Amino acid sequence: MFKFSHGIIEKNASLLFVLTLIVVSIGGLVEIVPLFWIKSTIERVEGVRPYTPLELAGRNIYVREGCYTCHSQMIRSLRSEVDRYGHYSLAAESMYDHPFQWGSKRTGPDLARVGGKYSDEWHQIHMENPRSIVPQSVMPGYPFLAETRLDVDGIENVVRANRAVGVPYDDAMVENAKADLLAQLDPFGDVDGLFERYGENVAVRDFDGNPRMVSELDALIAYLQMLGTLVDFSAYDATIPGNER
Amino acid sequence: MMAARYSNWMGQKPLNAWAMMGLLALGCLYSVVVALYALDVPMRFHALVFAAAFLAGIAVIADQFSVKRDTSGYNDAIIRYGIIASMIWGVVGFAVGVYIAFQLAYPDLNFDTAWLNFGRLRPLHTSAVIFAFGGNVLICSSFWVVQRTCRARLAGDIAPWFVFWGYQLFIVIAGTGYLMGVTQSREYAEPEWYADIWLTIVWVTYLAVFMGTLFKRKEPHIYVANWFYLAFIVTIAMLHIGNNLAVPASIFSSKSVALFSGTQDALIQWWYGHNAVGFFLTAGFLGIMYYFVPKRAERPVYSYRLSILHFWSLIFLYIWAGPHHLHYTALPLWAQTLGATFSIMLWMPSWGGMLNGLLTLKGAWDKLRTDPVIRMLVVSVAFYGMSTFEGPVMSMHWVNGLSHYTDWTIGHVHSGALGWVGFVSFGALYCMTPWVFGTKRLYSTALVEWHFWTATFGILLYITSMWVSGIMQGLMWRAYDSLGFLEYSFVESVEAMHPYYVIRGLGGLLFLIGGVIMAYNIFMTAKGRVRASEIDASAAVAVPAE
Amino acid sequence: MTHKPKKDEVTGVYTTGHEWDGITELDNPMPRWWLYILYACIGIAIMGWIWYPSWPVWKDGEMTYLKGVSGYSTRAAVTRELGDIAAERSVYLNEIRDMDLYDIQKNPDLLRISLAGGAAAFGDSCAPCHGSGAQGFVGFPNLNDDAWLWGGTLSDIAQTIRHGVRWEADPETRMGVMQGYLSDGILSRSEVTDVVQYVLNFSGRAENQEAVARGSETFANICSACHMEDGTGNTMFGAPDLTDPIWLYGGDPETIFRSVAYGRAGVMPAWAGRLDEATIKQLALFVSSLGGGTDPVDQ
Repeated sequence: MFKFSHGIIEKNASLLFVLTLIVVSIGGLVEIVPLFWIKSTIERVEGVRPYTPLELAGRNIYVREGCYTCHSQMIRSLRSEVDRYGHYSLAAESMYDHPFQWGSKRTGPDLARVGGKYSDEWHQIHMENPRSIVPQSVMPGYPFLAETRLDVDGIENVVRANRAVGVPYDDAMVENAKADLLAQLDPFGDVDGLFERYGENVAVRDFDGNPRMVSELDALIAYLQMLGTLVDFSAYDATIPGNER
Repeated sequence: MMAARYSNWMGQKPLNAWAMMGLLALGCLYSVVVALYALDVPMRFHALVFAAAFLAGIAVIADQFSVKRDTSGYNDAIIRYGIIASMIWGVVGFAVGVYIAFQLAYPDLNFDTAWLNFGRLRPLHTSAVIFAFGGNVLICSSFWVVQRTCRARLAGDIAPWFVFWGYQLFIVIAGTGYLMGVTQSREYAEPEWYADIWLTIVWVTYLAVFMGTLFKRKEPHIYVANWFYLAFIVTIAMLHIGNNLAVPASIFSSKSVALFSGTQDALIQWWYGHNAVGFFLTAGFLGIMYYFVPKRAERPVYSYRLSILHFWSLIFLYIWAGPHHLHYTALPLWAQTLGATFSIMLWMPSWGGMLNGLLTLKGAWDKLRTDPVIRMLVVSVAFYGMSTFEGPVMSMHWVNGLSHYTDWTIGHVHSGALGWVGFVSFGALYCMTPWVFGTKRLYSTALVEWHFWTATFGILLYITSMWVSGIMQGLMWRAYDSLGFLEYSFVESVEAMHPYYVIRGLGGLLFLIGGVIMAYNIFMTAKGRVRASEIDASAAVAVPAE
Repeated sequence: MTHKPKKDEVTGVYTTGHEWDGITELDNPMPRWWLYILYACIGIAIMGWIWYPSWPVWKDGEMTYLKGVSGYSTRAAVTRELGDIAAERSVYLNEIRDMDLYDIQKNPDLLRISLAGGAAAFGDSCAPCHGSGAQGFVGFPNLNDDAWLWGGTLSDIAQTIRHGVRWEADPETRMGVMQGYLSDGILSRSEVTDVVQYVLNFSGRAENQEAVARGSETFANICSACHMEDGTGNTMFGAPDLTDPIWLYGGDPETIFRSVAYGRAGVMPAWAGRLDEATIKQLALFVSSLGGGTDPVDQ
């Protein structure tokens, strides 16, 4: 009779390699693959739309500066978090986030619903020098954002890449990426196309308080001001089985 | 003589040298094209770095193969390079860590610049210590261990050197990228798409070299250290590729868009993130432990049967634990449950490694008193045991609800990183340095003592301050007054952290000082020197007191 | 190297008979306690899988997961917890929500609760702009003093919190326009300079009486519509009192020039929707209590 001995594996490098690969593959496959198949993974809610080009550009700056090292964007389903930050975050709210930015550390507060919590002017001052307005803050200052021109021409490529990974940007959104980006900064300009493509709840204004320049700060504040504002929670039914966690 | 050397320049090179030079030339050409058409400054800069590195590679190969190469015996030259690289990156990584620790205590240290702000330096710190320091220790120690325990020279002639220099190039690209804001903002997987592709090429070559050496072995059995090294190399390849799937905005742009989004992306990231801990920082370093602890203690490994069970259970269970980074989030609870339960099951497999490390010292405990290197190795195993107990505790929902997002996690990571990974690396480097540099002993044993105590005290300051601050943060965030109103605003919790951040910074500073002492000791050893006051002492120590 | 298992002299245990670079292995069994704890952990895990949602399964033609016998859901749990606590606290919170602000003020118990709740909400929601001591910053009003841009009665304060100031998304928001009189081409540079002198004259700080005289006409024609003839302001338009020593952006000639020439339009978010009505009322009572309320009851 065949008696198993670990010596068989120990004496065969190829076998050791193959068995190791199989053993380390199982966990990931069982946990990750079903997330794409189980329908309730992402809740059914109204209001979530792809980022406008300006918001997306702002998000790129958020990613570039490594904001996730200190800020989360994930309100957990715990009483103190809901009391402090608002409704717990839904999976649907980050369904167009490539990559996700839930974060893992709160040296600063959660930002999942920071949109509309402060005025643009507050963000301008706070980014320029956080301690001028929140003396206890340990956040770095980002004065260079207001002085740096936004890479407006590069946005079309980024929108196109987002479409390639499944964000529902249509042809018109890709083609007009740059125009839509600029339109969102000009309250006196032509915003019909922007509204038609992204909806009327898109905030149109000069976000950094400097209409003479399209700065990185414009984009970042536009992004921050829309965070967590898309879902209308009065129309959200938490008790639908698929919406539970 | 020069003329003679180069007159035969064409003829002596074997096919693999020509092939490698051809590949590097192609790479160089491609890099130049990218540099010409790059859409952003970082991409242009990095393309030029690549081009320069490829050119240097061609030059080195052309030079090395112009004379007949000696490929008998073990390849120890690469280990000498690995030790030096480990020490340099280690000190850099620790120093950046100390700097950003003080940034959190004194935010003016950010100087309001793009290059020096915390958000860009933090990935620089984590990547420098994990991948630059830890990675070099793993690569060079695995090259030492696999050769000795297989009784075979490292497979390949150019390939190991390609792994070494290719890996350093990856580090330079990744690190300079962070400073310029080139990042995917995926924790511990920040480098952008082109750096990821480069690392994939390097890593697959590393796997080939390692496997190739196993195939060449003259020992019938593969030693347990090599099981762990192999699992580390294989799994990191899988994780690296899986977590970095992305679509570049353009092949001339440094920016990419992750293939997955939201919840799925979160789980893939933490499948990667947790197993970067599990396989890079655990399995790989267990490989180090399984060779250097018995070797230094001159004792047999405690239990072969324990090795088998804890190896397979560890690598099987670790992979599942990722979702415990996402408790109470929008990740479905079923996945969170699997993450938590597998983390609990992982406790004993982790401790199997600790037991095999500690019990190997049975009959040699007195060495702890006399040999600071073995003491370092043993303390590292003790820290490993502590962290791998703390981990399952923190993975349970009711603890995680308090600990997540706080400094407790940072403290937990550092008890593993400084205590386990740091000390086991230091122990291995202290062992290998005299061996590969052909000296009888280290430059100074007293300096190892200094290193040990400075670093140990630093770690204690670090983890105790982070426990206090982390638990305090967690409690402040959830504190309610008797009427049911939140007791503290967020910013009050920020204010309360200040003293602990100062203590943490000091702890890190002590650890850094220990690292600098070590670097000095290693460099002096490499130069073949022995500290004057210890020359006589070493003769005395050579005779063990019965 | 492979050789016969040898007995280790120190422990009396045999080796496995293999040797790598001088390293051998002992054939010790796995420690019993280690195995037992491992089994216990596996047992705990299995119980967890039974009790909570766990393994993904294929069922009825689609991918789903085992729901677990407890039917536990972190979201349902927190919703229930919040509901229970809300029910417990409804005794006083509903009263605060439904009662008139002035009646709450007369009720010592409700007032005490409101001030505690207001202080708690203030820390995270208001302090980032108005300061943790409500002392304000340049452009963000001090809430401790007696100057109120939009009125300092309890109902004024509550209204401002509820709908914000110049908050586009809220149709009931407080609106008032201080445009840029130079940048919009309404006044010339010298006219602005003159009117600044006129404004400074309210607090006896004018440097040039001729300019004051010239500025008076501009002030009467344009500024007085909101700031009133005597410069004391009008809370209906959020027009500040120009005669007192309190300046939101600064009272030096240069800053006043900038305010007149380029305009000011401070924004405060509307909090209705983000905060519930009871919390908004608590905040109004708390802010009013900071010392500067202008309610009839105070007087």
